[in-house]
Amino acid sequence: MTLLDPATSSATTGSDRRPTSTRFTRVLGFLTLAGIGWLVLFGLFLSPNDATQRNRVRILYIHVPSAWLAYLAFGVTGLSSLAYLWKRTRSLEWDRIAGASAEVGVLFMGITLVSGSLWGKISWGTYWEWDSRLTTTAFLFITYVGYLAVRDLGGTHQQRARRSAVLAVLAMIEVPLVHFSVKWWRPLHQQESVAEGEMEGLMLFSLLLGIIAFTLLYVWLVMHRQRVLALNDLVDDRGLDVALADRRKEAEG
Amino acid sequence: MSMWRIARLVAAKDLRIERRSRVVANQVLPFAALVMVMFAFALSSDAVLRRVAPGLVWLATLFSLLVIVQRMFAIETADGALDALQVAGVRPGGVFLGKAMALAAQLAALELLLLGLAVVLYQTELVAGGLVLLVTTFVTATIGLAFVGTLYGGLAAGAKGRETLLPLLMLPVVAPVLIGATRATEAALGTEGATPSDGWPWIGLLALFAALFGAGGTLAFGSLIDE
Amino acid sequence: MLAGCAPLAFPSGMKPDDHPAASAATAPATERAAAPMPTQATAPAGAPVVHLVEVVAVLGSFPALAGASLTVQRGEIVLLRGPNGAGKTSLLRLCAGLLAVERGEATVLGCDLAVDRQAVRNRVGLLGHANGLYADLTVGDNVRFWGATVGATAAEVQASLQRMGLADRLADVPVARLSAGQRRRTALACLVARRAELWLLDEPHAGLDAAGRDELDSTLRAAAAAGATVMVASHELERAGALASRVVEVVGGQVRERSA
Repeated sequence: MTLLDPATSSATTGSDRRPTSTRFTRVLGFLTLAGIGWLVLFGLFLSPNDATQRNRVRILYIHVPSAWLAYLAFGVTGLSSLAYLWKRTRSLEWDRIAGASAEVGVLFMGITLVSGSLWGKISWGTYWEWDSRLTTTAFLFITYVGYLAVRDLGGTHQQRARRSAVLAVLAMIEVPLVHFSVKWWRPLHQQESVAEGEMEGLMLFSLLLGIIAFTLLYVWLVMHRQRVLALNDLVDDRGLDVALADRRKEAEG
Repeated sequence: MSMWRIARLVAAKDLRIERRSRVVANQVLPFAALVMVMFAFALSSDAVLRRVAPGLVWLATLFSLLVIVQRMFAIETADGALDALQVAGVRPGGVFLGKAMALAAQLAALELLLLGLAVVLYQTELVAGGLVLLVTTFVTATIGLAFVGTLYGGLAAGAKGRETLLPLLMLPVVAPVLIGATRATEAALGTEGATPSDGWPWIGLLALFAALFGAGGTLAFGSLIDE
Repeated sequence: MLAGCAPLAFPSGMKPDDHPAASAATAPATERAAAPMPTQATAPAGAPVVHLVEVVAVLGSFPALAGASLTVQRGEIVLLRGPNGAGKTSLLRLCAGLLAVERGEATVLGCDLAVDRQAVRNRVGLLGHANGLYADLTVGDNVRFWGATVGATAAEVQASLQRMGLADRLADVPVARLSAGQRRRTALACLVARRAELWLLDEPHAGLDAAGRDELDSTLRAAAAAGATVMVASHELERAGALASRVVEVVGGQVRERSA
């Protein structure tokens, strides 16, 4: 995991200047920027209007990749939490990856919900439909807002990690249950969407481009965020050394 | 000491506390009744009330669940008993099951009251043909709610003083119970021409819910309350 | 029962009449020493009950223990003294497995706390600042409940109540109606009923009247004579000092030996 964690590897060299970027993330960052530039170009200019949706279809180039990114992020949070809970792979790095991924996920889930309801308003005439996919998305959003709140509760790093990992795993139980209960609850409603088969080549390409660009963006964001979290933990540990020295002075005084 | 004996011990202790203090009986049950009256004020029309009565019963149950869970863990944290339980080396899984059993018993009393109020206030009529489904719904939903309530209550209690988190964490999780139990109850009562056979698939969902969170809670409770 | 964790004292082979409550202060220590060690014991017979080396433990980000080292042998009564906020409470909570070991080594009753804080728990008894009582239950109910968590019999519970002078009038009174001193007695009775091998007491004398203090002291002496080990944090130096076989000073999250 040294690739993901310059903080701990450089901690041994005693360097005090610890940027969160490495050559890998810089390259990745440029690739992400390029990808998003291409997405803007294709999404806004080069791809054609949809036959029925006209220009409205262009929201999807943001909406679908955001949704994909958020689901990916929560999936990574869940898996990292499992990795933390499993004794043989227990490491605070998994906890920080879970946390970083959840933060990014909540952000993009928010974007998904807003862009989705805007699209819904102009396509269906309503901001919200009680569709199982939409409802599950909203519940995921709220669940992970709660998850982030629990991460902030304090205590030692291990306490934070254990508590939030359990919560993330419980969320993995919760989400399918919510999904299927809403699906059975409103079985008749079919979500109107752009049928994938009818999408024109260039539109499909723009969508794929968006997904690739957002995936790169996700990796870039999580790597940086995870390193910042690692540095935060390191600051806490350093703070402990200082506090320890103070505490020991008490004994001398 | 076996998990099961611990569970019985803890459940008996919680129920004895309730018998002595009557907090749920004297405070939470009236609160739940009040919620049912307030629903009637908000919805006003008799026809609407009859239509939505099953949902209101379960919504009032969820609100009361939050209050009971807060109370249930306030008992444990008021004088350091949760710490003492840990020092006593009591198996956390046993504490979880015991508290869930006590919670289920209290919820059952609450739900009976709410159902009675629905009959009295909302003119809900119980149908003989749906009685088996009705009882099954209440039993499975209650077990599921008790597990989730104990699990998330323990999380909030372990995190000391952050009870405000409990509704945020718990309500999304119990949403499937609200949906499932409401639909099944509608089927049992024949609301809007539903028949009992419409309700049984929901029982499957409720049972799955209870099983998953029961297993998860038994395993995870220890690491949630551990400081 | 508890893999990788050596029982050092008597609980598995303990008969009801070995109980410090039942046998009062009369139990000769030699009898205990003659009792066979449990077969699964892996630690040497003379291994210390508590062995801390440079232990650091944090409360949030505050280092409550800043390199505490302490060794306590079986049967000792150790008095921890020191100013408020010195780390006495944290030291006791750490030994009870409630506080995580951040750095250093900590072995209690043969269990490495850095590896597993659970295993030691049902073998120690902690009386903290909180009493751990259920206010709505009676004194008797509380002692019965806490006794039952470790499988104490009705006779043992009754003996514990008697030992703390709670058997008669007070047994059926809800804890909510008790005075602070009476609650402390009840908590001590719960502790007696728990048959702990290591007793960790945080200001046990606080709030007790003269009779209660005498009962407490004789209870602790009896427990120590019966092979239990006792650590007491107290500001009542005169009384606790007379009780203790050793006095250590806790300052700034560290432990200093003092010749008493």
